[in-house]
Amino acid sequence: MGGSVLPLGFLQVGRDAVVRELGNGRNLTQRLLEMGIVRGTRVRIIKNDMGGPLIISIGDGRLAIGRGMALKILVEEESKA
Amino acid sequence: MEAAQAIENEKQIVVALAGNPNSGKTTIFNSLTGSHQQVGNWPGVTVEKKEGQLVSEGKVIRVVDLPGTYSLGAYSEDEAVARDYILFEKPDVVINIVDTTNLERNLYLTTQLLEMGANVVIALNMSDELKAKQIDINVAKFSELLGIPAVQTVGTRNQGTKELVLQALQATGNKKPRVVQINYGKEVETELAALEQDILSNRQLTENFASRWLAVKVLEGDQGILKGLAKYSGLDRLLVRRAEAVKRLEGLLGEDIESLIADKRYGFIGGLAKEVVTRRQTTEERFSMSDKIDRIVTNRYLGIPIFLLAMWTMFQFTFKVGDPFIGWIETFFEWFGGVAGAWLESAGMPELLMSLIVDGIIGGVGSVLVFIPNIFLLFFAISILEDSGYMARAAFIMDRLMHTLGLHGKSFIPLLIGFGCNVPAVMASRTLENKRDRLITILITPLMSCTARLPVYILFAGAFFSANQGLIIFSLYLLGLVLAILMGMLFKRFLFKGGTSHFVMELPPYRVPTLKSTFIHMWEKGSSFIRKAGTIIFAVVVLVWVLSNLPVGVEYASQESILGWIGSFVAPIFKPAGFGTWEAAVALVFGILAKEVVVGTLGVIYGAGEAGLTAAIAQAWTPLSAYAFMVMTLLYIPCAAVIGTIKRETNSWGWTGFAAAYTLVLGWLMAVLVYQFGRLVGLG
Ligand SMILES: Nc1nc2c(ncn2[C@@H]2O[C@H](COP(=O)(O)OP(=O)(O)OP(=O)(O)O)[C@@H](O)[C@H]2O)c(=O)[nH]1
Ligand SMILES: [Mg+2]
Repeated sequence: MGGSVLPLGFLQVGRDAVVRELGNGRNLTQRLLEMGIVRGTRVRIIKNDMGGPLIISIGDGRLAIGRGMALKILVEEESKA
Repeated sequence: MEAAQAIENEKQIVVALAGNPNSGKTTIFNSLTGSHQQVGNWPGVTVEKKEGQLVSEGKVIRVVDLPGTYSLGAYSEDEAVARDYILFEKPDVVINIVDTTNLERNLYLTTQLLEMGANVVIALNMSDELKAKQIDINVAKFSELLGIPAVQTVGTRNQGTKELVLQALQATGNKKPRVVQINYGKEVETELAALEQDILSNRQLTENFASRWLAVKVLEGDQGILKGLAKYSGLDRLLVRRAEAVKRLEGLLGEDIESLIADKRYGFIGGLAKEVVTRRQTTEERFSMSDKIDRIVTNRYLGIPIFLLAMWTMFQFTFKVGDPFIGWIETFFEWFGGVAGAWLESAGMPELLMSLIVDGIIGGVGSVLVFIPNIFLLFFAISILEDSGYMARAAFIMDRLMHTLGLHGKSFIPLLIGFGCNVPAVMASRTLENKRDRLITILITPLMSCTARLPVYILFAGAFFSANQGLIIFSLYLLGLVLAILMGMLFKRFLFKGGTSHFVMELPPYRVPTLKSTFIHMWEKGSSFIRKAGTIIFAVVVLVWVLSNLPVGVEYASQESILGWIGSFVAPIFKPAGFGTWEAAVALVFGILAKEVVVGTLGVIYGAGEAGLTAAIAQAWTPLSAYAFMVMTLLYIPCAAVIGTIKRETNSWGWTGFAAAYTLVLGWLMAVLVYQFGRLVGLG
């Protein structure tokens, strides 16, 4: 552990990370919470073109997340296994 | 009949199906009630509540299928339907359909239903997929830990549904359902207790809601719930208390209150999951099959070409496979018209009645029915698209493009649904959280070419472009889509300024559609087309026939008939578009009632038999004016059913009128543009 904290949208495909901070904006936060993204949630980047939306995995589920939102979610990257 | 009446009078048991989007609610609803509501593999298929009935153990149960929702917070219109039903209609039992392959997220809603004190029975659905992933759930333990009944189900195979009904029936006797309490931690609990005291002193609130649950919702500041509660007095005071409490807590714990509460809920859920879930697979698969497909399908360069290819394939399939059938049906109607005519004549039928049957019904309705095979085939293809999971991917692919135009990727799903029929497409806009996005989507959806317009294209493309029929028709579908996106951009820029909202959407796993379900879906949609042919199309065609015989003594379907007058009155407008004949004009006028009627009207005017119709059309149009006519049919004024739906969904005659007006202007402009430009480059 002990990776750096950075926006979710910056992560490369295949990387794992733990959510540290959800951006502000109450509707946004609520929606993310109820869709399973809370502080401490482990996510993996399935697809990220560094432009346009990305796909992340949370457990067995897959979420599409718009770029704007992905830049507001801060995560801590897990060091490569 | 009487027995049914007696059962009717007994107090009905009401069971509501609630759960996350795409968890299989409608699938289970259909198998419980024998209904045929739309099912599809993307989140947000059901957008209104649907009811059905079921008789079990001699009791009649009213089953209510609700739109999917992730919480009771209700950001969008469809979620509000689900929230309002659960909160205010108070069904006897709530069957919570849980997608077990996403157990923890699905249980987030469950915890709130349980806190509410709803009478919950859980269906652990998709257990086949769970099994395939080598994951087990200890159902007995799960049920015991939560203190409520739970049943494993496979909605698509109708497994476990009987047991589910039995459990629900048993639960109705349960007058005091177990209220699950999550411990939110000392500091939060103190504030909750204070709020609950306040709530308990408000009779109106305690009569309707569990006080503890309400305290949590108020503290959490759940806007959806608070809006729903605005009608109760004493809420203001609660909100003042809440603001103080939130300030204290956030100061004390250094976190926002929503996250604090959600953390505890997921903590509870995680604890539960740990107790009941076992994974047999030791090595974790980093990328699933769906992920691998998504790599290609949603690729930044390949995504849109693949989408276009899929569309093209869909329409090619519709023609290539449908074409031989058309010939057979045509031959049948020609033969049938002839035989019926001869028979009626020999039976001494009055000439007028004979004309009604041969020219009106066989000529008019028959000319539409010819296209049944194509329409069924298109529905077949659409149904594969809907069941596969591609719909959500299409939204994903388009999000980048739509975003730069100021629209939302999710808006693309209603547009795609529009290929089938614009009515459910307009309704699907309910899933958009932002009001402006929703209104824009409603306005542009009618530009999507629905199956009702297909007969017009096939008829005209068959008469003029038989070599490139598929390509010509594909170009029309594409034109509709491109114009929809462009108009959306214009509306966004000039009518609804403001930032774009956020895009988050669940991507369901790809599923291979079964032949059986695809056929069932095709049949459902296709038979509604046949019903339409027997009702509205039939009625309008008869009306057209009557008008072509009036005033009394006029030559049938001539310019001097009332039909001719109407057409001649409107026709000059279309002169610049190349189809300024009264026949074309009147077909478009009546086509507003239902787009198939454009063909039906021409069938009545030009007489029975599609071969005859094709020949007549080849006389009255040129290839260029035929294309302009198809463009006009595609774009101008949505049909009556869509206009009605737009009115209902926007709740405004103003916007409804605007939708009709702008599409008319756009259709005319495009048709004129096509014709004039075509002439300029020498195509005329
Ligand atoms: N493998 C599997 N698929 C299922 C099961 N139940 C439903 N499905 C599929 O899951 C998808 C979603 O089903 P729906 O019944 O439309 O889901 P819903 O909960 O009504 O969805 P919304 O109306 O969008 O909230 C469809 O493709 C179904 O065929 C199941 O038990 N196993
Ligand atoms: Mg549904």
